[in-house]
Formats: sequence, structure tokens, C-alpha cells
Amino acid sequence: MADLNTLEDNLRSEFGPAVIAAQQMLGELTLIVSPDVLSRLMVFLRDNPKCRFTTLIDICGADYPSRAERFEVVYHLLSMHLNHRLRIKVRVGEGQVIDSVVPVWPAANWYEREAFDMYGIEFRNHPDLRRILTDYGFTGHPLRKDFPLTGYVEVRYDEEQKRVVYEPVKLTQEFRKFDFMSPWEGAQYVLPGDEKAAKPAGAAKP
Amino acid sequence: MSDTASIQPKQKNITINFGPQHPAAHGVLRLVLELDGEVVERVDPHVGLLHRGTEKLIEHKTYLQAVPYFDRLDYAAPMNQEHAYALAVEKLLGISAPPRAQYIRVLFAELTRIMSHILNTTTQAMDVGAMTPVLWGFEDREKLMVFYERASGSRMHAAYFRPGGVHQDLPQALLDDIYAWAEQFPKMIDDIEGLLTDNRIFKQRNVDIGLVSKEDAIAWGFSGVMVRGSGIAWDLRRNQPYECYNDLEFKIPLGKNGDNYDRYLCRMEEMRESIKIMKQCIEKMPKGPVHDTTGKIVAPKRGEMKASMEALIHHFKLYTEGFKVPESEAYACVEAPKGEFGVYLVSDGTNKPYRCKIRAPGWPHLAAMDHLCKGYMLADVSAILGSLDIVFGEIDR
Repeated sequence: MADLNTLEDNLRSEFGPAVIAAQQMLGELTLIVSPDVLSRLMVFLRDNPKCRFTTLIDICGADYPSRAERFEVVYHLLSMHLNHRLRIKVRVGEGQVIDSVVPVWPAANWYEREAFDMYGIEFRNHPDLRRILTDYGFTGHPLRKDFPLTGYVEVRYDEEQKRVVYEPVKLTQEFRKFDFMSPWEGAQYVLPGDEKAAKPAGAAKP
Repeated sequence: MSDTASIQPKQKNITINFGPQHPAAHGVLRLVLELDGEVVERVDPHVGLLHRGTEKLIEHKTYLQAVPYFDRLDYAAPMNQEHAYALAVEKLLGISAPPRAQYIRVLFAELTRIMSHILNTTTQAMDVGAMTPVLWGFEDREKLMVFYERASGSRMHAAYFRPGGVHQDLPQALLDDIYAWAEQFPKMIDDIEGLLTDNRIFKQRNVDIGLVSKEDAIAWGFSGVMVRGSGIAWDLRRNQPYECYNDLEFKIPLGKNGDNYDRYLCRMEEMRESIKIMKQCIEKMPKGPVHDTTGKIVAPKRGEMKASMEALIHHFKLYTEGFKVPESEAYACVEAPKGEFGVYLVSDGTNKPYRCKIRAPGWPHLAAMDHLCKGYMLADVSAILGSLDIVFGEIDR
């Protein structure tokens, strides 16, 4: 993919160290950039004659709790003029605010609202940052990895109170999460109680 | 100032609520409309009433178990979505479907496009007052669902396109029947067009309504008929071909004015092109396997399991643990009937996706609702909504 290489070189020379990393995998170019240059980069990508990424395809969040900067905001861009695609990633920590790209593409409005709703990522200068997919009055950010699949509240119509009521989730059967990791590929056979018999370090193995 | 106020009664914009239960809302859409008389000043769509957390659920399922969720997104065009997901997983795995599977996929993707366009064009007509096209169109839509059932066992939620190929081969009798149907369907398109295309009321309600300029279409992230109706020649089947679209001949209909009426004409014309593609697929259909045959991605058939221990092991492993996907990430998209449907998959090397973002084409279209409806009349809101081709399964996810 020669043109991805030239695109990568152009962007690296234009933005220098603000491009933290660039990867090409499976025929797709991904740039990880610093949040400081985000607005300038996006305007450049839209207007530069060698980029012309005029269509914003998607913005989404992703959660990696083990990282210091927990969230990733992923932008998918498309140029209908030059027929190429690009993925931009920005890493943000919890509570960190990044620039909104609504001034660059009005389409970003709902995508950023969704990322805010699902992950709690905040966007500076967004015209109308409120929840979009979840219920009125919802608390929490459901796509975070520490949000349980079942959620916290369930809803039903109460015949006596004649209204919809919210109650804590009751599961008739405990939520089952199977460990699919193959026992042939490095499973730890830890039986309950085994940890009490843990051998001191350096003890001879049987 | 105070003089005029005393002469004229004080005028105020009124805010009305449209939906969430409204026959023209195409599902559960709540619109908060601010009106100046009958002119729309502001539209605030409230979505999410059908939110099921599909992306979260997929993170907790194996790659194969995630397939049926895609049928339930845009339930008017199930197989196109499975297609994007299958392509994304195949991209991560570094495999591609065998030739026969590619032709079957394209055949059914186009069949699905017709299903979706029948639904959209005829219900759009119903939104502006025409009843007959729905009744006529749904007769053929029903026949298409029978083809779905004969291929996959299910009328709508097919789970037929799977990572590695398609679930089962098609019998020749089914291909013959689809061909025979494709021969007679253009007559039905002619009939529906006879009711609508030159219909005075239909044109009054749709011509010059919901105008989308080329610049708007790009800035708002539109795709599919929403950009082609405005005259932008962009179709992923042609511009970024996937599967066997390169070997097939078809045209991309374009609109001129970017109004509701042009989008309707584009959809009608696209159905005729889809018929051509389907016929070519059936004529050129190669022989051979319909899915990956290594046994590592697609489980072997029952017959093999009776004779081969290896097949039995593969079957057991694939239906308990599933297959593992190398650590990577990929974005794959298809030209769904409503526009670009994309799947962004992040794999962490286990048997479940780490993150699966579904890029629904209707999402940016509905996001532009405020922009599109401003300055039009209240009655045009439902006409514009009908022409956007909105399905809530994919918007709310």
C-alpha cells in the first residue's frame, strides 16, 4: 500500500512528535495522536489536498482499564475524493476533556454524544453534550468494562402505584461467565483451598 | 413596540411531541418539534428507546454467537449486516470466503437490498397517503422471505453469513426459483412506479422537499442513497469492491436534485440493478465449498463427524470455546441498502471480541434531521423521515 506510506510520511512531517505512533495493519493506517493537536489535525485532514478526508465515518470510544490513560477515542475518516480511509486514535484518561470536532464535521455531534453516554468521555465546546441512547435519568456509562452486563436497575410497571418503577436487578440465576481459555494453552488449575498450601518461593518442584 | 403588542396577540412558538408511538415514525422515534405556526424551527430527535446494548452483549459472546445480533440491527435488511461482520472477522483472521460463498453472499445481499427498498419506497408512499403500493410491494417481499427461509431456515433472522463463508449450500431448485422470481419482478417495479412516479400527490409531497446539497451530504457524513440522490457517484460496491462485485456488471443510479423524490427514484432504479446482479450471480455461480474447510473456523457437518474423530473434536471445540482471533483490529464495511454499514472490531487474541463498534448508516442521517427539516412544514417532517430510510434497530443498537 504505497499511498498509505506517503500519507503516513506526510502526516508525520506535518505534525512531528504529536503523532505518537503510526501502524499499518491489514491494509489500514492508524495514527495515535496527542489530544493537544486534535482540532488542528482534523482541519488539516479535511482540507489538505493530499488528504481530503471530508467524510467523518464514525467516532467511538473504547475502554482499556489497565492503561494509565484509560479511554481511546477512535475516529474513522473517509475521503470520497481520493478513495482512502484513515483511523485516528486519541488516548484520554478518566476525567480528561478533549476537543470536540463538531466545528470540523457537523456529523460529529451525535457520535460524540454517544461516546459521552457510553464511556463518559467529555468533549470541549460540544454544542449539546447530553446522553443519547440510554434512558432518561440513567446513571453510569454502560460500555465501560467495569459496568456489569446486566446493569444495576430493572424497570417494570407497578399495578398498585400505577406507574413505571425502577428496582435493583434481580437475577433468578446467577450470571454465568465461562472461562473459555483452553486448558491446553496455559490454564492455571487453581482449586479452591490450593492457595493455603502454596509452597515458599524456591522450594523444589515435585 | 408596546402598540403593536397590544394590537397583535402575542405570538409564541409551540413545541409539540411527535412519537414515540407514531405510525410515521418508522419505529420508536420521539421528535420534539418547535413550530412557528406550521413551519418547523427546530427538531430534536430523542433516540435510544430501542437501545438493547448490542455492542456490550457482543463483547460477552464468542465470534460465532455474535452473528445473530446483526440480524436484529436493521431488521429490514438482515443479511447485509451479517456480511459486514463476517468480512471484519475474516479480515482479522486473514482468510476470505471461497468463490461459491462469495457469489451466494452477493446474491443474498442484493436480494436483501430489494427487500429493504420495497419496504422503504412503499412505506414512504404510505407516509404521504398512498396505501396500495405497500400491499403490492409486500406480496413480493413475502416471496423474498420465503427464499430466506429456504436458504437459512428463518424468514428474517437468518444468521446465514458466518465468518468463513455461509452456513449451508443452496440447492439448485432454490437458485432456479430465485431466477424465475427475478424474471418477473421488474413487472412489479413497473406497476409500483406506475402508481407513484408520475402521481401528482406523490410529487407534490416529495419534489423539492428534504433537499440535500452535495456539500451537506458530505459534511453530515451521509452514505448510500443519501449521497447518490444528491449526485455524488459513491458506492462501495464500485469504489471499494468487496467479494465478487468486480466481476459483475451493474450501474449506479444517481439523483440530480437531492430531494425526497430523487432518492425514491434512485431506490427504484437500484432494485432493477439488483435484479441484474442477482441474475448474473446465478448464471456465474461456481461450484465448490461454501465455507472454510480447514475445520478451524467453521464446524464440520454432521456426516463427517460420524466418520472422523478429528471432525468430532473440531465440532466440539468450535461450539464450546469457539475460535480465537489474533490480536489486532479491523474496520470492514459494506454497501447496505441504507448506506455504509461498518463494523470496527478490536480483538485481544481471545475467542470474544474486545470491542465491536457498529457504524449504522441511519445514525448520521437521523442526526441531520434538525438541519434537513428546518424551514419545512410540519407535514414534510414525516415525508423527509420516510425518505431517510430509518430503521430503529440499527440506530439504537
